Amino acid sequence: MSGILVLVDSCEADATETINELLTHGRNLANQVNGTLEAVTFDPRYTDLAAGWSEHGVDLIRYLTNSSLQDYGPQAWAQGIVQITSLVEPVAVIACGSDRGHEVMANVAAILDAPFVANCLSVMVGEPWQASRVQWGGSLIEEVSVKTALPIVSFALHSCEAKLSKSSEPLEIVFHEIELDSEAIKTVVTERTEKPAGQSLETSAVVVSGGRGVGSADGFDVLETLAGLLNGKVGCSRAVTNNGWRSHTDQVGQTGKRIAPDLYIACGISGAIQHWVGAMASKTILAINTDPEANMVKKADYAVIANLHDVIPAVSHEIVRRNDR
Amino acid sequence: MGVMRILVCVKRVPAPGARIIITEDEQNIDSGHLGFTMSPHEECAIEAATQLSEQHGGEVTILTAGSSASEEQLRYAASVGASSLVLIENSSGNDWDPQRTARALSTAVRALENESGNYDLLLFGNEAADTGGYQTGIRTAHLLGRPIVNAINGIEAEEGGFVARRETLSGVEVYRVTGPAAFGVKEGINLPRYPTMKGRLASKKLSVRVIEDHSEPGEQYRLRLFRPAEVAKETVILGTDSNAAGAVVDLLEEMGLV
Ligand SMILES: Cc1cc2nc3c(=O)[nH]c(=O)nc-3n(C[C@H](O)[C@H](O)[C@H](O)COP(=O)(O)OP(=O)(O)OC[C@H]3O[C@@H](n4cnc5c(N)ncnc54)[C@H](O)[C@@H]3O)c2cc1C
Ligand SMILES: Nc1ncnc2c1ncn2[C@@H]1O[C@H](COP(=O)(O)O)[C@@H](O)[C@H]1O
Repeated sequence: MSGILVLVDSCEADATETINELLTHGRNLANQVNGTLEAVTFDPRYTDLAAGWSEHGVDLIRYLTNSSLQDYGPQAWAQGIVQITSLVEPVAVIACGSDRGHEVMANVAAILDAPFVANCLSVMVGEPWQASRVQWGGSLIEEVSVKTALPIVSFALHSCEAKLSKSSEPLEIVFHEIELDSEAIKTVVTERTEKPAGQSLETSAVVVSGGRGVGSADGFDVLETLAGLLNGKVGCSRAVTNNGWRSHTDQVGQTGKRIAPDLYIACGISGAIQHWVGAMASKTILAINTDPEANMVKKADYAVIANLHDVIPAVSHEIVRRNDR
Repeated sequence: MGVMRILVCVKRVPAPGARIIITEDEQNIDSGHLGFTMSPHEECAIEAATQLSEQHGGEVTILTAGSSASEEQLRYAASVGASSLVLIENSSGNDWDPQRTARALSTAVRALENESGNYDLLLFGNEAADTGGYQTGIRTAHLLGRPIVNAINGIEAEEGGFVARRETLSGVEVYRVTGPAAFGVKEGINLPRYPTMKGRLASKKLSVRVIEDHSEPGEQYRLRLFRPAEVAKETVILGTDSNAAGAVVDLLEEMGLV
């Protein structure tokens, strides 16, 4: 084969958009090498999803199974992909920059003792091939050159816009029974619990987020009230989780959540880059901070330079007043 | 399981504030005026190791590959519970690539295990704070023939191994892994303790074992490092006291949020 092998997996929720973006990267690479784009998948829903993948440039689907593999397992998936790789000899193997994508590619690279370049923005196949990738959760870009027969890459989430690319041939599906050793089976998911669907920090249109400036766990009450009035969620900075004021599930940033709400209200947050990378995709940012020089204020669209404990209750009060009119 | 032997790998990184400055040769972060730290994921890995050793009886070893200044991160780890510190010295002034790092770490682990017995558990951060390669732990585990799962938010010891949890967007995945095992840990698994005065004093007395490494480098080379272009933004100041509430709610109305 002279093409690109792409790991496609719809089981990490909210994946349609991410998959389409990944396939767009894959199609670009395939065009670079004048080759095909082949999807490898363990996803039992592939029959339902095949049409969508095809519309985004996939020429062929390889569905991998093994009787002892009922659920996700990073080492098992990697062993399967390595077997397909030696069978079809692709030009590159790619995946999306998700927990699973990173993990499976790292395992593939470890098995082959080949380099793995994580979180790429773009890749240029050549001798040697080159890539640009993000560091510090998106604050820096690194250009690398990689000497390898088989590039193994993950693409940073939301690093391109999904494009339709109808492939000319009808989509072919090939089944592969893969072999797994006893080591690979050790790390397969043995149980799972689904959480009830509902609004989360990641999907909320408004996030009211607090930092050290909020001052205490109780101090978040005023943020909760405002978030409630705006049908939003409360987020926070690492200073807050480190103090035990809120749970880490609320943390926004490099080691917390990446969010992209319509409105991010940053209250008492200085705007360290490690926080900023989690919030920078917000459409509009309003900072409330006593310090006019705070990075968050400088980077925000709108700011109020004042004590958040004065401003936020006043805003809530004003919303209620206008609603009552 | 007798006394639980746990090894945690950490990496010294600069701690930039509002903006990262790059050196003129475009190869590194200009850390001249910066403090240093480790990834929050790694701090949590140390805390997880300390808690497991407190629950089951055990000892925690910290391993790092880096400059001699990495002693600062090793001693920090000792001040919050680690009892044995190991540095693989890299005096090149640049990070090793992930393949080389994993070779160095696995060689060191093997040497340490030959001397004083196998580790029941190897812990890593899910990804390093600076380079974010998402692979060093996985490569190291492969070289040592240990099962590994990354992105872990919960670990408990059970008879013969470990139960680990991963939070996903849709729920929780459980991995039951027979020991000895390895995990890449994410921040949020616990709330790391702060060092106590006693811990700090004790950490100063601990010796740091230094290991040399001559592993082959890998195949990934850094060409350059740069900051993405920033869009200059004019911030609209809506007010300087609680009277700004009117302007804020006007904005919310404009956005159709109230
Ligand atoms: C590898 C790494 C990863 C990290 N990951 C994350 C991450 O995921 N998320 C994250 O948030 N951080 C992260 N950090 C930490 C980050 O560097 C900062 O330390 C943290 O974001 C600071 O939180 P803060 O803005 O709440 O606190 P501070 O920096 O202390 O800022 C407090 C702000 O509140 C303002 N203020 C004080 N009182 C008031 C008041 N009454 N009213 C209004 N304003 C007030 C002050 O002017 C100041 O601007 C990470 C760090 C590292 C090294
Ligand atoms: N130089 C190093 N020394 C010790 N451990 C490291 C080093 N580099 C990476 N690690 C470990 O591997 C994890 C993943 O790193 P990375 O693959 O570089 O993102 C880190 O969180 C550390 O636990």
